[in-house]
Amino acid sequence: MIEKECDVAVIGAGPAGLAAATEADKAGCKVMMIDRDDGLGGILQQCIHPGFGLIEFKEEMAGPEYAQRYIDMLPNTNIEVVKGTMVLDMTSDKEIYAINEQGIVKIVAKSIVLAMGCRERTRGAIKIPGYRPTGVYTAGTAQRFVNIEGFMPGTKFVILGSGDIGMIMARRLTWEGAKVQAVVEILPFPSGLVRNKVQCLDDYGIPLYLSHTVVRVHGRDRVTGITIAKVDDAWKPIPGSEIFFDCDTLLLSVGLIPENEVSKKAGVKLGKTNGPEVNQFLQTNIDGIFAAGNVLQVHDLVDNVSAEARKAGRMAAMSAAGTKIPNLNDGDSVPLVAGNGIGYVLPTKINMAIPDEFVGESGLVKLSLRVKKPVNDQYLKVKNGETEIYKKAFKYMRPSEMILFELKPEVLSGIDASQSLEVFLEPKEVETTEETTEEVTEESAESTEGGE
Amino acid sequence: MSDEIEKQKVVTCVICPNSCTITVSQMKSGELVLEGNQCKRGEQYGKDEFTNPKRMLATTVRIKNAYIPLVPVRTSVAVPKGKLNEILDLLARIEVEAPIKCGDVIVENVLGLDANVIATRSLDVDTCNVIACELTE
Repeated sequence: MIEKECDVAVIGAGPAGLAAATEADKAGCKVMMIDRDDGLGGILQQCIHPGFGLIEFKEEMAGPEYAQRYIDMLPNTNIEVVKGTMVLDMTSDKEIYAINEQGIVKIVAKSIVLAMGCRERTRGAIKIPGYRPTGVYTAGTAQRFVNIEGFMPGTKFVILGSGDIGMIMARRLTWEGAKVQAVVEILPFPSGLVRNKVQCLDDYGIPLYLSHTVVRVHGRDRVTGITIAKVDDAWKPIPGSEIFFDCDTLLLSVGLIPENEVSKKAGVKLGKTNGPEVNQFLQTNIDGIFAAGNVLQVHDLVDNVSAEARKAGRMAAMSAAGTKIPNLNDGDSVPLVAGNGIGYVLPTKINMAIPDEFVGESGLVKLSLRVKKPVNDQYLKVKNGETEIYKKAFKYMRPSEMILFELKPEVLSGIDASQSLEVFLEPKEVETTEETTEEVTEESAESTEGGE
Repeated sequence: MSDEIEKQKVVTCVICPNSCTITVSQMKSGELVLEGNQCKRGEQYGKDEFTNPKRMLATTVRIKNAYIPLVPVRTSVAVPKGKLNEILDLLARIEVEAPIKCGDVIVENVLGLDANVIATRSLDVDTCNVIACELTE
């Protein structure tokens, strides 16, 4: 068994891993970055469509270009990149066991950044009846086949799920000569961005069936067709509403799940997002284990992944150097509660015993959340007990867009730690447009929701 | 005599999440009148969508001697929507050879549209300073 030691081990070399590793390296740490793939950049490499980098690099680029910016930084760092290596186990003592062509590798780290990203929900997760023929793929797998490996997984497609990746694949497959018969969405609204519906589906006359789902996969050896049906409010198929599509392939774009099998082995506590529970330092319940990127929560913008991961890298470096950073369970923590209209909010808790190192700029607490359903003209508010400590007006809020905001140190210092913090929406009276802070991301927002 | 509408088109603006529904009307005089957009950028988008809709194209071309068979490419700027298929056909017949650097021009001034087709990934260059764990210790 090969044994290695380092200050900071970063698991995953996608956008989160790259940003965390380069940041920890800047702090002077001995960093190892481990990835199971033979290339770096993670899922960005298969997201060849433009729309990335508008915040980080102030220009619109394709996914691989974004990754390349970070990859090109590596020769000027001391980061040890360990490719083609799959992490299988991790302990709370920060021992990592991985496997590659050479055998088993043991890495003992002082701190760890979890940056494994997420994986796609599969057919099993959504229980579609029918045989198990060839021709059912997740959208991200198809994306990898088409964009990296050079295979077309079929000729006639039905896509289930209107997330960005499903819609982007509809266009991509059309460009490669396939026929996309339909995109089917169980929700009454597209789950991806409207701009993607316009430029990926409408541009090519691909019909979008809202409030519909797949009820039958036909074919024994190969998919020969798909039957969809309209669903009622409880998502139950309505008899008599069935439509049959002739196709040989079904793509599933039905959501992403943070990939935390290894985290669980180390005893990392997972929360509502299926990602680790963290405090504002992105530290989990285990000292020295941090998390960032899609392993923590599914982001819509890769730029935000990079920013989050830089913070995790910085914290991990400090932790490795011996600074005690409060973990999730350390005292004086106030839980954040997702109230009316909020799907989830992170961090899980805010630790009130902020070490001296974090006064000023780095004492800012960044919150991220997603709303449950599309709403207009809302106040986003935070309440500490009965006291309102934050309020911001939004004209539009969509579940497909992550909302990020900050609580300033002076707000934090006034928090009553015996009361919880509730984040919630409150409808705004609609009239004049006075000084509403329109939270409109002007940039195109294709996601790292590229799935795998 | 008031100007009459000659042609009308309804477009959904994709500039921001607002997603305005813009009605673009071309008057007899040739003037374009927009309705429904809430900002200047929407105005430009609406006009472009009426006269000459443009899109950025991102696809792949075959590559020799790299560890994967494809290199991703895109147009340097948005190109007329009607030309996308022609560009795709052209790129389907091209094969490049590694090494390729991200940003390398694969096709210059494609179809005379004042846009280059550029690589969006570097291939067959060592992308990191240390590769894999040293086996022998």
